[in-house]
Amino acid sequence: MRAYTPKDDVQAKAYYTDRYYVAPQVPKSEVETDEVFAADLEAIKAKFEVKEAYIQVEQMVVYINAHDIYGVLEFMRDELAYTQLSEMSAIDWLAKDNTFEIFYQMLSMEKRKRIRVKYFIENGQAVDSVEKLFRSADWSEREMFDMFGIEANNHPFMKRILMPYDWQGYPLLKTYPLEGDEFAAWYEVDKIYGKEARDIIGPEIRDTATVDRYDSERFARLGFEVPKGTKITGNEEPHVDSYQEDGGIFLIKKYDKESSVVIDDPQR
Amino acid sequence: MAQIKNRLTPFFENITFDREDNELVLNFGPQHPSAHGQLRLMLHLQQEQIVKAHPDVGYLHRGMEKMAENMIYNEFMPTTDRMDYIASSSNNYGFALAVEKLIGLEVPRRAKVIRMMLLEINRLMSHLFWLATTALDIGAMTVFLFAFREREYLMDIIEGYCGARLTHAAIRIGGVPLDIQDDFLHQLRVFLNKLPQNIKDYEDLLDTNRIWLMRMEEVGTISTEMALSWGCTGPMLRASGVAWDIRKEEPYELYDEVEFNVPYSDKGDNFARYRIYMEEMRESAKILYQTIEMYEKCEKDGQTELMAHAPKYISAPKLDIMTQNYSLMQHFVLVTQGMRPPVGEVYVATESPKGELGFYINSQGGPYPYRLKLRAPSFWHTGILTDLLPGHYIPDVVSIIGTTNIVFGEVDR
Repeated sequence: MRAYTPKDDVQAKAYYTDRYYVAPQVPKSEVETDEVFAADLEAIKAKFEVKEAYIQVEQMVVYINAHDIYGVLEFMRDELAYTQLSEMSAIDWLAKDNTFEIFYQMLSMEKRKRIRVKYFIENGQAVDSVEKLFRSADWSEREMFDMFGIEANNHPFMKRILMPYDWQGYPLLKTYPLEGDEFAAWYEVDKIYGKEARDIIGPEIRDTATVDRYDSERFARLGFEVPKGTKITGNEEPHVDSYQEDGGIFLIKKYDKESSVVIDDPQR
Repeated sequence: MAQIKNRLTPFFENITFDREDNELVLNFGPQHPSAHGQLRLMLHLQQEQIVKAHPDVGYLHRGMEKMAENMIYNEFMPTTDRMDYIASSSNNYGFALAVEKLIGLEVPRRAKVIRMMLLEINRLMSHLFWLATTALDIGAMTVFLFAFREREYLMDIIEGYCGARLTHAAIRIGGVPLDIQDDFLHQLRVFLNKLPQNIKDYEDLLDTNRIWLMRMEEVGTISTEMALSWGCTGPMLRASGVAWDIRKEEPYELYDEVEFNVPYSDKGDNFARYRIYMEEMRESAKILYQTIEMYEKCEKDGQTELMAHAPKYISAPKLDIMTQNYSLMQHFVLVTQGMRPPVGEVYVATESPKGELGFYINSQGGPYPYRLKLRAPSFWHTGILTDLLPGHYIPDVVSIIGTTNIVFGEVDR
């Protein structure tokens, strides 16, 4: 039986994976192995429900309930000296079980420890803003909204931050293609020239690797330039570039043994 | 097809004309020369005083996190150059270290020493660039020319190592691709011997300069609470009274073997940040002298390894690839399919010249990272302008943006 692959994940996939390949795990260790983390976890457990906790790559990961997040971070900041929210964002698990995983990367400069607080939310559910606790969450929650469409309750300015305000679609979702969707292809055409120019201009080519040798508007015909806008039918002879033959390739000098020099000094 | 001019007008611009109060809305950037790239600030002004500031970012957004999800790990390395393009090796390093921690790799000592050299050279380059541009923004043209001259020497040294001046891609996952050239150490020594005098020259020009002091002292004061709350790191945090340097507190590479101090100040104003940049240059020079010694010791001890030995993840040395069939096969698989780190996640923070540069990687065992989050320090150093600018005057904006040392490749990613 063929392995199931989610159809709504359009990100790059490995084109070959061994049938019997079992991916190894990054080792996890018990929280009890680290005194500081164990004490912190005990303190959190006394007040909030902790679903799972372990240490991975020198940092503790704590899973909590979504509605506890404000309380947990406030407790960690005021009682446990985790004074900085370094980073927060989401992970898209929509294809797997229709959830987002939200993580908050906390830093305690006093203890020199980092804790990652995590929880899951359903698709369409909003998170509680922690902007009142950490001003840095102001921008990171906006970025999360911008990239995943996850809104934060009680946020003072829930607007897109990196993408334009009138953008449609959420770029970091797995369902969003790398080169953008249909909206992205028409965005600048509509904005600059107007919708009525769509037929004349056509959609934006957003795949940066595209080279169209029949396109005389862009610089795709290096060495064989024609006046801009010339219609090229496509019936011309295919041109074979010859390397270092008579005539030579454009921009590369013909190799000539007489006039060549041997460089001894690499710093020349 | 002609462009229709009105269509290009931003849609929010007409709002301000309907206001009844005396507030003026000033649009600063995104093409302002002192906006350090692509920063757009919407400033609400009462006379010359700012009452509300709204930084608008995203003009350089390239979606690096999205690109990372569609690239194999080694492929992403040159993309990290384009984050903080003033000190690109430190981005390379942050990413390489994150992946190494993920797969649990130990890098050979010689590679570690070379990496430390590159990191500190990058720190010097970045700080010199900061000094030059900030001084230029404030009107000190001489310092700009002086600092760029010194930066040029460093760029030449880096160019001698990896061939590139700005986007180095000089570090690989598992080590470094090349050993340093013969005259690298000599050039570096010559530069370092001159550097103290150079730094003194800048300080002579600036430290007692009346204009510089007026634009720097008591301007843009960030309190400790504000800096912590806004996620400030690096010189921004150290100028506000927290002596937190990741190289010191959570040492990576061989930073626990070198002697250096962490300069900090409790003033929190522009001048404190300026002083910290200057002192950090001296500390970097100190570290570089020690790395030269470490390198020479490596050479004496015959430690020649530059890449970690981990056939599952890292290609064999070129000589093996060219002579041994199995190495060639393994190299082919690693290049075409990419390495597959174990399932798990990692967050690794390094001290880049701007602050805490963090890479969060969530791997699901595939050749592409499932989620990669770039924690760029400048993002929050831009955000803090929202709270920092109100109360200041228009001329202060330029000097405050200058000392925050934001780079937009990193803010927008």
